[in-house]
Amino acid sequence: MNAKPEFPPSAGTDTVKMAIRDATKFYQTRTGAVHALDNVSLDVREGEFLCILGPSGCGKTTLLWSMAGLHGLSSGTIMLGNEAVTKPHPEIAMIFQDANLLPWRNLQKNIELPFEIKRKPPDRERINKLLDRVGLAGFENKFPRELSGGMQQRASIVRSLSVDPSVLLMDEPFGALDAFTRDEMNLLIQEIWMETGKTIAFVTHSIAEAIFLADRVAVMSARPGRIAEIYDVDIPRPRAIDIQTQPDFIERVLHIKSRIEHGRGAAAGFAIA
Amino acid sequence: MDKTLGDKIPEFNKKPGSGSGGVGLSGASFGLGDHRTKLEVLVIILVAVIIIGGAEFLIYAFSVPQYVLPPPSMIAAALITEFPNFWPHLLVTLKELFIGFAIGGSIGFVLAAVITQFPFVEKIVTPYILLLVTTPMLALVPLLILRFGFGSEPRIIAVALASGPMVMINSATGFRRVDLAKIALARSFGASTFQIFTKIRIPMAMPMIIVGLMVGSIFGLLTTIGAEMVGGAEGLGNRLTYYSALIRMPQFFAIILILAILGISIYVFFFWLGKKWASWEA
Repeated sequence: MNAKPEFPPSAGTDTVKMAIRDATKFYQTRTGAVHALDNVSLDVREGEFLCILGPSGCGKTTLLWSMAGLHGLSSGTIMLGNEAVTKPHPEIAMIFQDANLLPWRNLQKNIELPFEIKRKPPDRERINKLLDRVGLAGFENKFPRELSGGMQQRASIVRSLSVDPSVLLMDEPFGALDAFTRDEMNLLIQEIWMETGKTIAFVTHSIAEAIFLADRVAVMSARPGRIAEIYDVDIPRPRAIDIQTQPDFIERVLHIKSRIEHGRGAAAGFAIA
Repeated sequence: MDKTLGDKIPEFNKKPGSGSGGVGLSGASFGLGDHRTKLEVLVIILVAVIIIGGAEFLIYAFSVPQYVLPPPSMIAAALITEFPNFWPHLLVTLKELFIGFAIGGSIGFVLAAVITQFPFVEKIVTPYILLLVTTPMLALVPLLILRFGFGSEPRIIAVALASGPMVMINSATGFRRVDLAKIALARSFGASTFQIFTKIRIPMAMPMIIVGLMVGSIFGLLTTIGAEMVGGAEGLGNRLTYYSALIRMPQFFAIILILAILGISIYVFFFWLGKKWASWEA
């Protein structure tokens, strides 16, 4: 890897939005304690697109759920600005695997769920704009089962953005989609990120997806989960899907892959694409 | 070519990975579920006409005595002309069924909702509930009559005892289907435990709750009629013993017709409720 960065990182400031310090997490199970996170320290910078990359079961979802305040740490702290995150925070919204829509609600009702929970009238204008933006206008009365996987995930993005959070935590959101839909969604999320300037932490096990989306890629190693390395990705934006076939991109993928293999002996569980 | 596959589009329904246990009568399905074509409806009506007309004809042709089986026309006539006499008894039966089911159903529902939150308590309580489900509560009616007399109270108690455990065991199966991701979703938007209960757990359990209500109410109807046959002077069950003792068979069968309509109405009501509230789970 000798290509020097020709472009400055396109987004993200040096202000730290979320600071994770010495995050350690044990799960108590019947067969004993599972060490899921081990002294993870990581900064998420304001407005950056951070990808957390790791093999299945490396604790990346645990890390993300902790950042969302969905469960506590055994030790360590997670800060959002000056506030410790110990419970779900209104500035942080989560986007789950497989869209996670409620099958008994139509799209409109699914998207209004956060407002219902917060006992606020839904911001219809904002919701309609977002639906229009992701191409779901006119589908408000459809039920999740009537929509494709990609459309469901678009709806879940609208649901999370509708409450205007400043941080989006995305937990392998496109993992269950086919390759074409996944490309489409990656482009969409890049556009939304560029338009809104949200801070995004995006968990994935695909090296290519991480490089395509991220300003920085934090690579995690497994059992116990640790941050192994952090890579800057200085590819200019907007990035097109076909950059993934260019030699420079492939070189980056292979570089990360070789470092992981070097570090772990084998990189089982990683997908290149 | 495989016949069952035929020209079907190769699509597979992905079922959400929710473990719905096979406790109680969870298999009770909504048999009206299939859509029927006009032809099928026509044939169903035609079959009814043939059976009723055939019965009428055969009874006259073989001059079957009225006390063995009255012809359908006489049953219909009895139903219409004597309906004012049946009406107060129908009201008594409905009142007993409704109050008993309301008590049993709500206790069963609340108990299911609470108990499923505590796996240990649930494991202890379940065998006893199963005992209540499998023991015919009708057997307790003579005992209840000794204690409460010949009024409506013993029957209401029997109905509650018969329907409550049915509602509870099915609802519990529903509440046991925990989808961690959906709870996490609600929690991530700041939902309280109570909001998670009302917005996630109850809708999630709704298909099984409705099955429980349906099976419970049908059991309640059985128990009401049975209890009325055991003792007392009111209710459709009492009328059955009364008319059979007097060998007034047209009236007897007219009461049976009313009971059949009652049963079907209950079934259709819960089927409709299922369509309305639980259609997301085909």
